[in-house]
Amino acid sequence: MAQAQGLGRRYIKAFFKGFFVAVPVTVTFLDRVACVARVEGASMQVFLEISFVYQEIKRCLFTDNSKPSLNPGGREASDVVLLNHWSIRNYDVQRGDIVSLVSPRNPEQKIIKRVIALEGDIIKTIGYKKKYVKVPHGHIWVEGDHHGHSFDSNAFGPVSLGLLHARATHILWPPQRWQKLQPMLPPERKPLHREQE
Amino acid sequence: MLRNALGKAFRFLGYTVQYGCIAHCAFEYLGGIVVCSGPSMEPTIQNSDIVFSESLSRHFYCIRKGDIVIVKSPNDPKSNICKRVIGLEGDKVCTSNPSDFLKSHSYVPKGHVWLEGDNLRNSTDSRCYGPVPYGLIRGRICLKLWPLNDFGFLRASPNGHRFLDD
Repeated sequence: MAQAQGLGRRYIKAFFKGFFVAVPVTVTFLDRVACVARVEGASMQVFLEISFVYQEIKRCLFTDNSKPSLNPGGREASDVVLLNHWSIRNYDVQRGDIVSLVSPRNPEQKIIKRVIALEGDIIKTIGYKKKYVKVPHGHIWVEGDHHGHSFDSNAFGPVSLGLLHARATHILWPPQRWQKLQPMLPPERKPLHREQE
Repeated sequence: MLRNALGKAFRFLGYTVQYGCIAHCAFEYLGGIVVCSGPSMEPTIQNSDIVFSESLSRHFYCIRKGDIVIVKSPNDPKSNICKRVIGLEGDKVCTSNPSDFLKSHSYVPKGHVWLEGDNLRNSTDSRCYGPVPYGLIRGRICLKLWPLNDFGFLRASPNGHRFLDD
């Protein structure tokens, strides 16, 4: 009798000990190191397709509407990407990186776009209210690859670096699209003048 | 001897990682203690005051007009600024200085907030860099901890005239 009680108490103690170790470590890992996400929408179509369900669905619903670098299959087959928080802990991104950020119009949503210009660059815009824009200090200019169908900086202007969430480094699913995403700046979107190299 | 030392080192590392993760979760999802510097929120918050900021309001999207919030600076993501929310999305705000003769107004865009310091004369805020995206908000200040003679909840804005009702 006493033995069973002792075992039960030990079990509960071990359970709580494990719980308080595992949960904070997992949450910190997903917030600070890397996580996985499903890409929805057509803005980065061709490159990212979605199919995997992200653990914190409430916080990470990606919508893109752009050209096919992510999501060539459209709605039926979505890409799953690996999001790397650790690599942007100092906010250093390169032109051509695919990054996820908090949407400036809707803070509950994350959007995934390509970095086109960094602070100080002067670029030509597509459909923005000003024809030429110099990206202010502490901001970046992001665009989806599918220009016609993209809700990006051409709609809401330069975004603050503080909204940066993670960098998409690999496509994990479907297996035939396993690849490491390289920073690639489309040649027609190069900035007219670069402040930093 | 070496195995003992190695075991101790690993155990120490394990505890450090574990407590570090618990600290991260606490700061990110519950709240933390913040030391404020600068004159832009006087008289509500003086230089070197210690306050407690909670992160629950930001995760549940219930930041209200009149709250004092900690926000990542729009021009420098590595530094934080502490201001009061004067307008939420859709609110009408006065973008001109009090000394201007002709007042100009605008509406806060969707997904943004308008921030102003309580010390209007000595504060760079949304009147200077425009509306700030909601996603940059880090926490809401709810309690002042130091100095002790000013302990407790924070006062309402001394600039009631900046809050425009629709």
